Amino acid sequence: MTENSQEVKPAKALSTFSVLYRILARDIQVALRRQSDVAAVFFFFIIAASLFPLGSGADPKLLSAMAPSVLWVMALLSCMLSLSRMFSSDYADGTLEQMMISNQPVVLIVLMKILAHWILSGLPLVFVAPLIGLQFNLGGAELQILAASLLMGTLALSLIGSIGAALTLGIRGTGVLIAILVLPLYIPVLVFGAGAVNAVSIGMSPNGALSLLGAVLSMALVFAPLASAAALKIALE
Amino acid sequence: MGFLAKNHMLAATDLVGVRGGRLLFDKLNFSLSNGTVLYLQGANGTGKTTLLRTICGLSKPYEGNVNWCGEDIHELAEDYYKHLLYIGHLPGIKEDLTALENLQFSLALSGTPFDLTQATEVLHLLGLAKGLNLPTRMLSQGQKRRVALARLWLQDLPLWVLDEPFTALDANATDMLKQKIEAFANEGGIVVMTTHQEVAMHVPKFEQLRLGA
Repeated sequence: MTENSQEVKPAKALSTFSVLYRILARDIQVALRRQSDVAAVFFFFIIAASLFPLGSGADPKLLSAMAPSVLWVMALLSCMLSLSRMFSSDYADGTLEQMMISNQPVVLIVLMKILAHWILSGLPLVFVAPLIGLQFNLGGAELQILAASLLMGTLALSLIGSIGAALTLGIRGTGVLIAILVLPLYIPVLVFGAGAVNAVSIGMSPNGALSLLGAVLSMALVFAPLASAAALKIALE
Repeated sequence: MGFLAKNHMLAATDLVGVRGGRLLFDKLNFSLSNGTVLYLQGANGTGKTTLLRTICGLSKPYEGNVNWCGEDIHELAEDYYKHLLYIGHLPGIKEDLTALENLQFSLALSGTPFDLTQATEVLHLLGLAKGLNLPTRMLSQGQKRRVALARLWLQDLPLWVLDEPFTALDANATDMLKQKIEAFANEGGIVVMTTHQEVAMHVPKFEQLRLGA
């Protein structure tokens, strides 16, 4: 087939890498043109997480005890807010069809869509969460581990969430359905992510929880794009 | 053009199309070689789009198969897609991006390098000179259609599958597109298309297929 393709295209075809880069760049370009979508997720996280210190009184011990779980649950919910948008606009305007008949493997294209989602909705939380953590009376060591666990965890959330987004494509009222599909799968990420921060705050090593979080991330990295690509193919039939 | 050197063949054998439990076409057979335009006709809901999507590999046929140069397209997968240019009834255009940005992306998806001067020339030719830097949201339906169709001028692929390409185009653009399709077929390209407009084509081989008859 390689001889054949050289005959077909006189101009040199783009490499897989540059095609994938273009897909990632376009998603970020589109998001920058409609910043309100990205900003909404970001501010949801900040506002919702800031409500807890205001509502629970001024007991520093109580605040720092509940901080890991509150911040992690908020990160998880804000990540989920934007999931339904991951494929829906490409589905509505026909771009997804073109992606399915691209000369690049669909799995890699899906992986780029997931990465774009993570860069736009997960990664900003990694930077802002330590600032919010200050409101919860968290110490330096805890804040570091919080950021590290969110760095791995939010990518896992985007990966796992893509399966829900792909499965519910083309269905009306997807918000709640995605939550029901995806939240049970998010449990391990939440347990190990918040667990790592909790471990530090009681003076134990976070390495165990972080390693398990890494394991969840590696599994998701391998299986989630495959599952999502299969679900997208079914949605387009 | 590059694909002249090779003989291509798109063939359907005993193709059965079912959608929503309804039989659309039964045991369809055709074989298209270089320079053929296959023109699908039929009333609404007779399965034209389903057949086009089956040819593209987007829908799996209920029975039968589609072959490209003798091999099943689902087995060829990416090796088939790099020969295929499909423009469906959805334009595949992001409304927040400009015409040039959209073109750059849709060319990248099929691995074609983007040449800014050439792309600008084609958009000028298609009468889009004024809207080059506007988000396509600002363009009319017909202009968006032209942006999607600009790929036909910029890519060098031997098989075109076009779903209602003339929709929303004015007389001038319809003529240009018709001439482009004729020139492409005369150079050895294969075209499968649907349209509700009567178009007479001057091409080496012109075939018609009426669905739902």
